[in-house]
Amino acid sequence: MQVVKSSFRERGIAKLDRLDQSEIQTACSEASLTGKDLPKDVRARLEKAALATIKLPADGVYLGDFKQGERIAQTGVGLQWSDTEKTVAGGNCYACHQIGPQEIAFGNIGPSLRNYGKQRGNSKEVMTYTWGKLWNSHAYNACSQMPRYGDANILTTAQLKDLMALLLDPNSPVNK
Amino acid sequence: MQVIKANMLAAGALVLSFVPVQAQNSTTDAIARYRELLQDANPAELVVARGEALWKEKRGAKKVSLEQCDLGLGPGVVKGAYAQLPRYFADVDKVMDYESRVVHCMVTLQGLDYATVTKTPYSGTGQRQTDIEALAAYGVEQSRGVPVKIPQAHPQEKAAYDRGKQLFYMRAGPYDFSCASCHGITGQRIRLQDLPNIANVKEDAQRAFTTWPAYRVSQGTLRSMQWRLNDCFRQQRWPDLVFGSPASVDLITFLGVNANGAKMDSPSIKR
Repeated sequence: MQVVKSSFRERGIAKLDRLDQSEIQTACSEASLTGKDLPKDVRARLEKAALATIKLPADGVYLGDFKQGERIAQTGVGLQWSDTEKTVAGGNCYACHQIGPQEIAFGNIGPSLRNYGKQRGNSKEVMTYTWGKLWNSHAYNACSQMPRYGDANILTTAQLKDLMALLLDPNSPVNK
Repeated sequence: MQVIKANMLAAGALVLSFVPVQAQNSTTDAIARYRELLQDANPAELVVARGEALWKEKRGAKKVSLEQCDLGLGPGVVKGAYAQLPRYFADVDKVMDYESRVVHCMVTLQGLDYATVTKTPYSGTGQRQTDIEALAAYGVEQSRGVPVKIPQAHPQEKAAYDRGKQLFYMRAGPYDFSCASCHGITGQRIRLQDLPNIANVKEDAQRAFTTWPAYRVSQGTLRSMQWRLNDCFRQQRWPDLVFGSPASVDLITFLGVNANGAKMDSPSIKR
């Protein structure tokens, strides 16, 4: 992809090394170009490797503040060349998901998260799965379109806890 | 100018009374109606006029106009030219899109400096359109109603398409986004913005290609295809796509060929 690299230049925080593809990016690019799914063994290996990147919260506390979580879900900035290192990134979750009951401007690229916690409960399995999905969605679907919010350092652990609360706190509007 | 402003204000007032509070479908309907109302008066008409003046003005070290510029249909033929670009040009032995070809003429015919002309290809908020944007508006207006007919006869044209397609599916950067992440699946929507599937649905590719350049209301200015790609990559968390670069021409070739057959309808007006 040298031809590609020479057509781009670094700008602000967006450096050219962003165009160095990881193994999973290369594999998933090929899969979507050809329309052929990943071979089963490749898929399993990539998902296993992604699962290993997940860092669960050290203090064992998964839920933060759902009001903050809503703000994070509404915010779409971060990591663009028009942002800076100081820009507090959002999750831009509403770009792809229905989430809370009040927000009607939501996308449809991802499944609806309405009543997420109400439907699933608060078991340890649900907590760790949801955290894992936010941290590195490729652990559960090798070519997921959802950004790696933890693994790629897009959101902080505190922000992830706030998103967890948005989804799983019984008092969150999402579950009312 | 006053007439256009009055129309825009009227359109805005009508929009406020249309936006409902209920179900999502009625919101997207209201937005569709807003877009319809926008079509009534397009500030791009003024940009086209400025582009035409620039085309005819004697400029640069050689004090020559662009009126002998060869956009693929022969020197000086602007009518219909935009609709058959990008294409291979023997004089430079490569494929060029409309914007890179115009800049080529500005440099070779007029003696303008390439670095100066391309330093800031896109205007900032509240600024007047750049020369490139004005010339893009003028050029595409001369192809209004003309069917898109981007050639794939020359090996370099075919290669540009193939490279463009590959790049379209390339996932990279901290968000792992490719063009296909948004534009490779039918029926996708970010927030309430419908996303055309420009890789696989011909009608979607046609609607997308034939309506750029456009007056972008949210930008307050006219935006070209080169800008559109650059701004996609910004939001994909990729680095800066260089104006007129081979990758940009490859992608425009991929999109344009997918749109072949539909009539150009530009400059349009978009949200």
